[in-house]
Amino acid sequence: MVTELTMPHMGFDMKEGTIVRWLVSEGSAVKPGDAIAEIETDKAVVEFESYTEGILHLIIEPEGSTVPVGTIIGIIGDVNEANAAMNYRSKIKDPKANKDLDSNSDTIPDFLEATPPIGKENVTDQTLEIRASPVAKRFALEHNIDLNLIPGSGPGGRITRSDVEYAIAHLKNEDSPELPETTDQVETKSEYIPSDETEAPKISLTNNKSDPPRVPLSKMRQQIARVTYKSKQEKPHFYLSSEIDMSEAMLLRAQINESMESEGVHVSVNDMIIKACAESLKLHPKFNDYFYEDGLQKNTNINIGIAIATDETLDVPAIMNCETKSLKEISIASKDLTQRASAGTLSASEYSGGTFAISNLGMYNISSFLAIIQPPQTAVLAVGAVTQKPIVKENELAIAQMMTATLSADHRIVDGAEGAEFLGVIRNLLQNPLHLVV
Amino acid sequence: MVVIDLREAIGKGLKEALINNDKVFIMGEDVGEYGGAYSVTKGLLKEFGPERIMDTPISESVIVGAGIGSALAGLRPIVEIMTINFSLLAMDQIVNHAAKLRYMSNGQFTVPILIRTVTGGGAQLGATHSQSFEGWYASVPGLKVIVPSTPYDALGLMRSALKEDNPVIMAEHALLYGVRGEVPNKWYEVPIGKAIVRTEGNDVTIIGHLKTAHIASEVAKILSSKGKTAEVIDIRTLRPIDTETIVGSVKKTNRAVVIDEAWKTGGFAAEIASVIQEQAFDYLDGPVIRIGSADVPSPYAQNLEAAMLPNAKEITSTIEKTFGF
Repeated sequence: MVTELTMPHMGFDMKEGTIVRWLVSEGSAVKPGDAIAEIETDKAVVEFESYTEGILHLIIEPEGSTVPVGTIIGIIGDVNEANAAMNYRSKIKDPKANKDLDSNSDTIPDFLEATPPIGKENVTDQTLEIRASPVAKRFALEHNIDLNLIPGSGPGGRITRSDVEYAIAHLKNEDSPELPETTDQVETKSEYIPSDETEAPKISLTNNKSDPPRVPLSKMRQQIARVTYKSKQEKPHFYLSSEIDMSEAMLLRAQINESMESEGVHVSVNDMIIKACAESLKLHPKFNDYFYEDGLQKNTNINIGIAIATDETLDVPAIMNCETKSLKEISIASKDLTQRASAGTLSASEYSGGTFAISNLGMYNISSFLAIIQPPQTAVLAVGAVTQKPIVKENELAIAQMMTATLSADHRIVDGAEGAEFLGVIRNLLQNPLHLVV
Repeated sequence: MVVIDLREAIGKGLKEALINNDKVFIMGEDVGEYGGAYSVTKGLLKEFGPERIMDTPISESVIVGAGIGSALAGLRPIVEIMTINFSLLAMDQIVNHAAKLRYMSNGQFTVPILIRTVTGGGAQLGATHSQSFEGWYASVPGLKVIVPSTPYDALGLMRSALKEDNPVIMAEHALLYGVRGEVPNKWYEVPIGKAIVRTEGNDVTIIGHLKTAHIASEVAKILSSKGKTAEVIDIRTLRPIDTETIVGSVKKTNRAVVIDEAWKTGGFAAEIASVIQEQAFDYLDGPVIRIGSADVPSPYAQNLEAAMLPNAKEITSTIEKTFGF
């Protein structure tokens, strides 16, 4: 039996991926764990490792192609299975064949040219390669919708009728600038039926031409939109804020960094917060669970995600297995994570494996804020800047380095009192930071 | 309106035919003294006498052959083949003679014979007495094949069959004789070649006949408890098949399941599935599901026989898997 290599599912909400590069050529032997291709997801370029041993007999999806999760991209088999693998040849898109046809258009018989296909020609061509049900293909053709843009929700990623209907409903609200104004008006009038149901499309059809043009969302933007929308729709967030006196922590941090400078260790405030969260999560493991409709997934590892923003991207890669890491190890791991995030070489599990998250906007001088929980996680900690503030200490005014931390938690899993205890442990650890290192 | 069972409905049809038309007579194994292997003809011998209710020797070829001869001579025979398993012995008479004579005589002769027989399994009758062959006959031009699953349809289809000038095979399911239902006192007929929508729905069309029509309704009930509505079609006639009703429904629901109690390979469900993909291809949202019995001789053991036959629970899970419900 040959093994079908399929576009892997590499993270929450990943629907499709692009093959950037094949790292192994057809006919080469591969072992489990060998990197065989580079796959680009919404988030990053990740190496795709073989999960089987054999020979890569056939590459089905060429470099540069974007396909839905689950699509067969190549075939691996043992030495004797070359022929069996070749049965998959029909799945290969052959751009060369199409080009040849274009350049030799003289050879196309007249009668074919005289009867152009219905709708856009490229729509027809593309639909041949996509797994879509016949009714989905017909609907897409009738509404001039490119099936490449629609994720399939059916078995094996098949695009079904309801997927196309969904796309029609959403794409119809966009402009159609090619339509000349006159046609626009005529169509609007002829389709106008004075009922509530038709109100919305009518407005979009008569869209004022003086409106600024709309720019399609980038993949990253779409991804962020999906995740945050889903989270806010599903998760009943509640929020708890606590002011934490970071004076001791700042002092200890300075001491550590001075004494370990030669080792290249540089502990950040964030590293200390990560460590404090990891310790508190051990005591309150519910905040480390994943919520699913059919029950909670009790995660045994504590993987703390760090929100990292650049101009274009927002990622929350995770430091894995924080439950076993010392403050020093966390500091080294977080530096490594940040560097690899900017290089785009994080692994899929780092992107999607977070069990808890921290978002820190201290460097922007934000005093406090509320963060959105990343499904299926239970909680996220939003951390503001550490600033000098007057506080009352033993009936006297004093100056302290204060920081506000705000916990967002999913009320389906945890309650306010539990959140208060969880946050209380973090506060105590940071205010008595020796516990973080001893 | 009276509520009777399917056995009584057929008995009523036979009796009124014997009363209304003196050319009608009944012939078959044990139809007289014994009252029929499934008690359908009970009491008829006493009422109509041995000239019209005739017990025959155990020779299916003779039963059908004599029926054809009498039909050619102007009578209107109703012959009973005890089970469809034994009809194989009469297959030459049915396929090569009954179905061909009108055509080969250029219409000089007609063969108005009604062949009643019992099909289906599920009663622990073993490998040679539990088969479903009605689909085989449905592939023969010149025959009509009716498959009533309710008392109403049994009586109504039989009345239409007794007006036919062509040979009609009426396959009755061994386990459906006790099915009860309303039958009007007023005269009515069910036309041959018309399917019926038993339940309307939007998410999937489930097609069956005889016992599988009842299974289809069970599946629909399970699906409705899960928020999906199924349209159930009882095809009632295998030949000629009502493609209009089937295709129309699939165009609406975009999904189809065909259930047949015969073996899946080469079974009649494949025929209907083909019709659907030929005439409604661009309306399908998933593959047409074909359900049949497992490709094995019917086991005697109850648990194994149950495992071989189509059942509502498994069909439901196949539907859910295939269509992502």
